[in-house]
Amino acid sequence: MSANTHHANSQTSFQANFVTGLLDPDAGIPDDVHAPAGASVMSRYNVYRNNVTVSLINALASVYPAVQRITGVDFFRAMARFYVRAKPPASPLLFEYGRQVPAFIESYEYAQQMPWLADVARLERAWLDAYHAADLSVIEYGVFAELAPDLLGSLRFTPHPATRIVRSAYPAVTIFAMNRREAPVSPICSTDSEDGLVTRPDHEVLVSKLPPGGAVFLSRLIDGASLDVAVSEAFTDTPSFDLQVNLAGMISAGVFIGVTYGES
Amino acid sequence: MRTLTDADTGVAHRHLRPPSPNMKGLAGASFKHEHLAAILEERPHDTFFEVHAENYMGAGGPAHRALENIRNRHPLSIHGVCMSLGGAQPLDADHLNRVRDVCNRYEPDLVSEHLAWSSHSGAFYNDLLPLPYTQDTLSHVCAHVEQVQDAIRRPLLLENPSTYVTFASSSMSEPEFLKAVTVRTGCGLLLDINNVFVSTTNHGYDAKTYLDEFPLNAVRQIHLAGHTRQQDTEAASLLIDSHDAPVSDAVWALYDEVTARVAQIPTLIEWDSALPEWKVLWAEVVKARQRMDGSRPSPMGGRADVC
Repeated sequence: MSANTHHANSQTSFQANFVTGLLDPDAGIPDDVHAPAGASVMSRYNVYRNNVTVSLINALASVYPAVQRITGVDFFRAMARFYVRAKPPASPLLFEYGRQVPAFIESYEYAQQMPWLADVARLERAWLDAYHAADLSVIEYGVFAELAPDLLGSLRFTPHPATRIVRSAYPAVTIFAMNRREAPVSPICSTDSEDGLVTRPDHEVLVSKLPPGGAVFLSRLIDGASLDVAVSEAFTDTPSFDLQVNLAGMISAGVFIGVTYGES
Repeated sequence: MRTLTDADTGVAHRHLRPPSPNMKGLAGASFKHEHLAAILEERPHDTFFEVHAENYMGAGGPAHRALENIRNRHPLSIHGVCMSLGGAQPLDADHLNRVRDVCNRYEPDLVSEHLAWSSHSGAFYNDLLPLPYTQDTLSHVCAHVEQVQDAIRRPLLLENPSTYVTFASSSMSEPEFLKAVTVRTGCGLLLDINNVFVSTTNHGYDAKTYLDEFPLNAVRQIHLAGHTRQQDTEAASLLIDSHDAPVSDAVWALYDEVTARVAQIPTLIEWDSALPEWKVLWAEVVKARQRMDGSRPSPMGGRADVC
């Protein structure tokens, strides 16, 4: 073993000792840490414990502000503390942190009375991904104008990297919209399912409620199906599917950045 | 298959000002998006801004629009907070590439990172964790600094951390350690005077003694910030580097001592949480500039001035 390898190993074990207690309040203080006479070494090490846990809880609160508003701060922070200890981030990019929060909420004992909460979290996660997505120009109505009608069915679309669809068995889009900003909330009487569309046609992230059949229609297009296939599947799913309304909404929301036609 | 409209997958070309050759004598502030409207309205000049590199590692979106706005008007400092230079494990190659990409995108005038570590065995702890100062850790830190400098093709400025514990195994002081890194790697130093005050208070040292030992000739940037005072369970003073308050009088006094020895070092006011209105932060910037200039009247003005 070379001297360098030996040194690397000894420092790695120092770091392993140091991190053991960071997310485990019952762990002791690492060997080697020191505080001056008259000071508490435990208090000093606890600053790091506190910094790590609190900063990661804060990171989750900034990804999921509507969830925090719905649950209240104390509930949210208690839930987030469990999450942080179970799943510390792997990446230093905190805007990537917390992807498993929606699934965590679904299994969290104290959130069982709010079955729609995980879908609100999914919308918030999609919102942040859209916010950081690449800057690309979206297609406009004009793309259909010069096209021979017999080619329409063969159109295939390239999605904008911001585009996300979140389907919910609950009115998650309405609940999300009501809780993303500091404004009074009113009771929601609806028990309707809602499908959310998240896009960023320009600089602003848009979260809209899809019309009936819209989620199936756009999901198939995003997956690369041709327009005629996507329309057919949307009608199968939702006999009242309105193609004009869905096409208009799709263009104005900026779902796609490119379109091709002809044989694939 | 014919293409009706092409998906534009290229990164848009943007016109960035060339790096300023000289940031001597400038005082600046952390850039927060909450302040963008006020900054565009007030049009401060003879100043610079600093951002955390990690906040601009997304592919696109409004965060980049905001920073482009700032970069087109002011010199920029990019401050990394999670490279984990002080760890024994190899640097995260993906993260190194992202730092390089941010530098290529924004052509910052200064790039800095901390003498600390944040990641271990695949987990990121989101804090600046301390390390013992030994020949072993010195080798790792130097190798990591050189790796970053090779990637970004600029000198890196290494910042002295705020620490809450020391290590029985340390064989050199923090200033000795930092000096050795500059000698071996050619990097510069970012002297955070609030960190000096926080660490020396926490460890029962004298801040002036620390500064006497510090290699001031390698300092290329200064940080000033606010801290929080607590007591530990033994009723000993415990300072927390909280970046949520004005710079303390004690830190201003140390700043005066440093600026008397090394003139015109670009100085940044860090304020990261409990953000005040822009004018409050700007007043701190003006105060730094006035102290840097000694008794000379400050040329910094408001919106009535022509930029």
